Amino acid sequence: MKPFDFVQPRTVDEALAAWEPGAAWLGGGTNLVDLMKTGAVQPAKLIDITRLPGLDTIETRADGATRIGALVSNADLADDPGFARSFPMVAEALLSGASGQLRNVATVAGNIMQSPRDAFYRELDPPSDPLSGGASLAVLGTGGRFAAVNPSDFAVPLVALDAVVEVRGPGGAREIALADLHLPPGDAPGNSTALRPGELILALRLPAAAAGFAAHSRYLKVRDRTSFAFATASAAASLRIEGGRIAEARLALGAVAPRPWRVAEAEALLAGRAIDADLFAEAAEVALSGAVAVGGNGWKIELARRTAARALAMAAAGTPARMPALPASPFAPQAGDLIHA
Amino acid sequence: MSGHKLSLVVNGERVEADVPSNRLLSEFLRDDLALTGTKRGCETGVCGACSVLVDGDVVKSCLSLAVQMNGREITTVEGLGRVGALHPLQQQFMEKGGLQCGYCTPGFLMAAVDLLKRNPNPDDAEIREGLSGNLCRCTGYQGIVDAIRSTAEAGHGA
Repeated sequence: MKPFDFVQPRTVDEALAAWEPGAAWLGGGTNLVDLMKTGAVQPAKLIDITRLPGLDTIETRADGATRIGALVSNADLADDPGFARSFPMVAEALLSGASGQLRNVATVAGNIMQSPRDAFYRELDPPSDPLSGGASLAVLGTGGRFAAVNPSDFAVPLVALDAVVEVRGPGGAREIALADLHLPPGDAPGNSTALRPGELILALRLPAAAAGFAAHSRYLKVRDRTSFAFATASAAASLRIEGGRIAEARLALGAVAPRPWRVAEAEALLAGRAIDADLFAEAAEVALSGAVAVGGNGWKIELARRTAARALAMAAAGTPARMPALPASPFAPQAGDLIHA
Repeated sequence: MSGHKLSLVVNGERVEADVPSNRLLSEFLRDDLALTGTKRGCETGVCGACSVLVDGDVVKSCLSLAVQMNGREITTVEGLGRVGALHPLQQQFMEKGGLQCGYCTPGFLMAAVDLLKRNPNPDDAEIREGLSGNLCRCTGYQGIVDAIRSTAEAGHGA
């Protein structure tokens, strides 16, 4: 690994002042250090933000919103009983990602900022044909350009629940809707986000209304093996059910687009309707309309369609009282007496 | 690039060191402190052979920078037990055939400590999921799962 300057600021102000072109923020390092070891990323300076005070708490604000400090670990958020109760599909998505060792140190901000897992982005000498790896190539939201899918599980339920990203930078503090954080692919590959140079994520926030879906919320993740693998397709589905009808629906897909992919058209179709399997198939059809196969990954479109329909059916059946032993797995038992938090 | 001063606790003992910024925790433990129980495996955060505890939580030392460890408390397999006074998990790994070549074993032991800390009475599915960050090419895993289950059943889970 190439040598680099290292600083460990004690306040957010110090951290922001330490930023310069070529610098990178260092949290848990599970993504960044890995990329630095291959040489794919070579920052001149790392600014270790893990000692910044006040960024590692989960709090409920006066307006009912839940604010998650940027440095809260994936494990601590998933294991927080109050959080898991209010946002079960977020906890399920977190627990379906990576392994315990990585969840213990990976931060929530780092999770939503992680790089695509395609070899094109990760290797010093990437394959010459970016279309060689269809499993990690986007079928939606590319505008005709090739792009790797966003690999985050966590971001999928968050975008369905209208999460907001709080940032601070040289230009002051601002908020970005998570749905707007990841930019559509341009002509060059890369991890393109709406963050401006020197901006630092301080927190993620879920609005009070997001907790209204807790009774019917699931994250479903399909992958090459039942654990420790990125999704080939995933879906976060939430329903607010009143009198046997869907009062409001939320649906977002993972591993199909360069960003966590919210599908408002499918949500609108579900609203006000009675629960039935044909309706969910119809919503899934709408969710994948416009999808285009690249690199031989037409299977991903059908897989995502079925994953969306199944996630909706699972959400309609109700959030399990206890977290499955295999979170988000289609093979997990739907009932049991296991509880993680 | 100048060195960075580190003061941390490793296996209960205070360690003062000077490390370059790009020193991995796995390199620091093995090459600087000669704690070679922690293994280098895939070096990409997949195989888990390098697993150690940082402030009680299991992490992969091949993806951690030593320079971030100032003030932390590290436990490696050398700090888990010793000959004549094995940790209950080490004893059970031995009795249940939870190892053959032994290369992955330190990492599995550290992951199992974290697993039982979070869930003192896991069922087999939970044990397997809890070990998803560790690879073993000898045992087929069954002996490892048996060892962790019997450790939990003996009440050593917490």
